[in-house]
Order: sequence, then structure tokens, then C-alpha cells
Amino acid sequence: MTTIAVASTPLVEALLARADDALVHAHRLSEWCGHAPMLEEDLALANVALDLLGQARSLYQYAAEVEGAGHSEDDLAYRRDAPQFRNALIFELPRGDFAETIARLFLASAAMLPWWQAAMESPDARIAAISAKAEKEVTYHLRHAGEWMIRLGDGTEESHARVAAAVAKYWPYTGELFEAEHPAVAALLPDPAPLRAAFDATVARVFAEAGLDRPRDGWMQKGGRRGVHTEHLGHMLAVMQHLQRAYPGAVW
Amino acid sequence: MYTQALNQKDVAPAAGPAEDPERLARFEARVAAEDKIEPNDWMPAAYRRTLTRQISQHAHSEIVGMLPEGNWITRAPSLRRKAALLAKVQDEGGHGLYLYAAAETLGTSREELVDQLLSGKAKYSSIFNYPTLTWADIGAIGWLVDGAAIMNQIPLCRTSYGPYARAMVRICKEESFHQRQGYEIMLTLARGTEAQKAMAQDALDRWWWPSLMMFGPPDAESAHTDQSMRWKIKRFTNDALRQQFVDATVPQGHFLQLSFPDPELRYDEEAGHWRYGAIDWEEFRQVLAGNGPCNRERLEARRRAHAEGAWVREAALAHAAKRRARRAAERQAAE
Amino acid sequence: MSETPMPIWEVFVRARAGLAHRHAGSVHAADAEMALQAARDTYTRRGEGLSLWVVPSAAITASDPADRDSLFEPTADKIYRHPTFYEVPDDVGHM
Repeated sequence: MTTIAVASTPLVEALLARADDALVHAHRLSEWCGHAPMLEEDLALANVALDLLGQARSLYQYAAEVEGAGHSEDDLAYRRDAPQFRNALIFELPRGDFAETIARLFLASAAMLPWWQAAMESPDARIAAISAKAEKEVTYHLRHAGEWMIRLGDGTEESHARVAAAVAKYWPYTGELFEAEHPAVAALLPDPAPLRAAFDATVARVFAEAGLDRPRDGWMQKGGRRGVHTEHLGHMLAVMQHLQRAYPGAVW
Repeated sequence: MYTQALNQKDVAPAAGPAEDPERLARFEARVAAEDKIEPNDWMPAAYRRTLTRQISQHAHSEIVGMLPEGNWITRAPSLRRKAALLAKVQDEGGHGLYLYAAAETLGTSREELVDQLLSGKAKYSSIFNYPTLTWADIGAIGWLVDGAAIMNQIPLCRTSYGPYARAMVRICKEESFHQRQGYEIMLTLARGTEAQKAMAQDALDRWWWPSLMMFGPPDAESAHTDQSMRWKIKRFTNDALRQQFVDATVPQGHFLQLSFPDPELRYDEEAGHWRYGAIDWEEFRQVLAGNGPCNRERLEARRRAHAEGAWVREAALAHAAKRRARRAAERQAAE
Repeated sequence: MSETPMPIWEVFVRARAGLAHRHAGSVHAADAEMALQAARDTYTRRGEGLSLWVVPSAAITASDPADRDSLFEPTADKIYRHPTFYEVPDDVGHM
């Protein structure tokens, strides 16, 4: 019985989607700890990962309360299998080089900042409170990643080529960040469609300074929100959930 | 932690000029009076060399020390543990950063210091060449390795060199959660399932002796203790600190209902100390000489991170140069 | 061969409103914005600050320790600059 069944409702699903985004992204960022290009960046990426981990925990705790099945944040993080995860695909792709890490952090933060800002107005007080905290954190993540985008884009030939390739790689995964919510929770959570304009404006401003071209909006990869993932998530969870799976029922 | 650097012989450059005896006497009098030495002050070349070596090796130890614990960040068994471990390993990076900065005030750049580590010229604490094999190792490192580090680091807050002492004050303040974090993990395991108890015992068995070795060779064999003590770079001897650590730690282990892998461990009522058996100094020498279980992996990981990050550092510098040039051109155009 | 050194910046942190910025340590960064971010990520992880300054280390001019006597000794005998130099009867009250 190590894998739990989640008593799913549209709100639980929506909370899990954002919680899984944050956890999976935090996991990828934490892989840098001890291996970053400079010591200052080791600290910076760990700070971002800790912020995201905190967001994931708040969201899991709320999801568990809404679910009402007695699950804990750890049950939700450690005892669901890959098809039960609801994160967007962009977050589970392997860490890659520093350009990929920065491009993903930039694109995700540019999409999430307007989402959190809108979610601060939610009539659900818990969502509003979680969002008010996350909004401040993501504002800084966007600043940090945006400044790196500019330095890599307008740095050396090599850095420009690397960051341009990273943008091209991640662009087809940005569409999923703007998927509409289930109609049953539409009143509690932001409608992502109108948030596009803010994302586009951020991308345009930073890319202009970085000397990067915005890729064409072609075919967009998706599936994460309904549990159809890339091959990478299963490996990540095998590592992340190893102890909980190997010693069922143990307290850590 | 990591004052093993002080056990190496200081080798003066062959043609080094002799110190001016009058300045040297004034310097020693200041140190004896507990006055702090600051970066621009005159100091004997040997003091500068010894400190640069000690502080940079302390920094290297923090940086290499991120690796064994970092090994478990992605596998931490709960979200609470994951956050605590990530914050702790990040702290170690921060401590390395403070210490490199303190060493730089003595005139050697961080780039040079990092080169010394990567080329194998500089040493780091022997303890980080041991592997972290189970989750209990994260508990054991926090409890024992950070516990040993604290013994060593608290006196360094009063070391004679101002920037080093100030860095140590900040480090000790931040480290206060590290040992508690480790002990809490051990306590949870010791009160857990049979498998968890066995995991905790195994970790104590493997980390106990290497932790005792962290304090360096016995005083009788320590090459540098006298001068370093006189200069107040070091404030207690290896053996004194080791004894203090054993006395503090043994009762904590008994509280966990774990046993120490030392059949000779016994309480000396008269002296009020826990007496321990003979340390395998051959193992210590071998680990320092590069033959520990993980020496190669640790250095390779640091070299890889440094090499793979080179293009990023170059890009940041190149962008800064472009920006300066653009600003200069704008100013010129405006004139 | 060492690579090009990354510039050093001195970091000053204001802990609370009303206090002066105080030297906290230093960071390496290629430019001022990244130095500011590095200072934030390094020196304010535990709520230590509300405001930051970063200054290129090279921009600081320091007094020479050899000049200590000539710069700072001459004030030692000017005790009339201190309030305790002046005698006011206790009856006058706090002044």
C-alpha cells in the first residue's frame, strides 16, 4: 500500500498541479547544490529551490486538507506515482547546463508571476495567502533569471549560442503553463489566458536586452496536467521517493 | 573544523628575507595582548603563509564538504528534511564563501586558491573523503562531524586575525542548527523501526573514528602547534579538543541507545573524562595522502563544476565589459 | 594558470530601519547588479537586512596602519571634548 489513491476533485487537482510544479522544479534546481558555475550561484539557486520547496509544502498541505482523506504533505509528495503527478512537463526535463537551468527558471517565472499576482485576489483565503508569499519570491526569481538571460545572451559567442539553444528547447513547453483550469475551480483560480500578455511583455523586454529572438509559437508539448509525462519524471521520482518506498510506514 | 592545515610544516621560501626583529617583537606583543591583526597591518611572512593556508583549507573543506551531504538532497525522505538539508548544504557554501573572502584579504585571490584545491596542491579535511551510504549518514555527519567542527570553530572566533575571527563568528552563529539537525535525524532513526535503528548504528560505526581523526594527529606529532598557539591562530591543541568532543558526544550516543565502535571506551571517574582506544593513524595518513574511499570523486566533482562553469563566468565578465564600453561611448558622444 | 579574476565587492547591510549600514563581508561578481543579488543571497538568508550596499573593493581608500599614531594619537589629550571634563554640581540635575 505504499502508493496512495488521491480522492480527487477539481480543486485538489489544481492545487496538486501547482504544488507538483514547485516540487519538481525545486528538485531540478537542488541538483546544482555544490556544482554551480560559481559559489555565489550555488547559494542563489539553493535559495530559489528553497522558496519553491516552501510553496510546494503549503500547497500540498492545503490540497490534503481539501481532499480530507488524512493524507500528509509527504504522502502527496512521496507516495504518488508518475501518472498521478500533475506538474507541467517543462519542470521535469533534466537539469541540463546552466543556460538551460536559467532559461527554464526565466520562462517559468515569467509565466508564474502574473499567475500568482492574479491568485492573490482569489476568494479562497488560503490560496490568496499562499499566493501573496509566492508572488514576492517569484518576483526575485524572475529578476535573477532575467539578469542572467541578459548576461548569457549578450556575453560571449558561446554563452549566446547556449542560451539560444536552451530557449528553443524549452519554448514548446511554455504553452502548457497557460492551460485553462477546470470550470469548477474557475472562480477560485486565475484564468491563465489573459496572463499571456504579461508573459509576452516580460519575454520581449528581456530578450531585447539579451539579443535573443523569440521562437515562433508552434506545436506545444503537453500532457503533464493529466498525468502523461516525459520519460524523465519516473526516474526523478525513483530517486526522490526511494526511502519512502523502500521502508513503508517508517517515520523519518 | 578543518584545522588539519595547521599540522603541516610551514616551508619558508628558500631566499626569504629574515624578519625585522623589532617589528616581529612588536607584532608578537600585540598578539599576546589579544589585539587583533588586520589586513593592512604588518605581519611576519610565516604568519601570512600559515593563515592563508589554514583559512583557505578551511574554505576548501566547506566546499568539498557540500558533496557528501549534497549526495542525499534529492533523496531526503520528507519535505521537511529536504528543506533542512538543502539549507544546511547551502550554508556550507556560504561558509566557504566567507572564508575565501577572509583568505583573500591576505593577498591571494579566490581564483588562485581554487586552483590550489583543483590541482591537488591544497588539502581539505580528511572527513569528506568518506562516502555517505545511507540516510543515517546525514544524521551522523550533522551530529558528529558538525559537532567536531563546532569544538574547533568556537575558539577560532577569538583567533588573532580579524577577518578570520569575524568570519568564524558568523559561521558559528549559522552552524548552531546543523548539529541539532543531525542529532534529530539520529534520534528519529534510533526510535524508529529495527531497520532504521540498524541504519543509525551502522552510520555511527563508520563515522566515529573518522570524526576523531578530524582533530588531527596527536599533539606530540603535530608539526605546527607551538607557533600557531603563540600567534593565537589556533587556541587549543588537537588532543584537548578531541577529548572535549569525546566527553560531550559519548553521553549523547548513549541517550540514543547506540554503541560506540570502541571496546576500550570507558569513563575515567577520577579525571572526569571518557577514555578512548587507539586511533588508526595509518588510515588518517592514507586518506590525507589521497587514498581515502572518495578522494578522487570529490576532486573530480569540483573540477567538473569549475570547468563546466568557465563559460558562464566568462560570459558574465564579457557582458560587464561590453556594458562599460557602451557607457563610455555614450558619455563620449554626449560631450 | 588562473583565470580572469571576478571583481570583489564589499557588502554593507542595514539590519533595521534607523540603523546605519554595516560591513558584512564580500562577494565576487562581474557587475553591480549581480553583486547586489549575490549579497542578498549570501548575507540576508536569515532576515539579517532591509537594505544593501555593494561597493567595489577597489574603490575603498583605507588609512595606512603605519599612520595610526599620527592620525589618531593627537586626540588622546583633548579631554575637554568629553562631557565628563566639566564639573556641574549634582543639584543642577541631569545635563
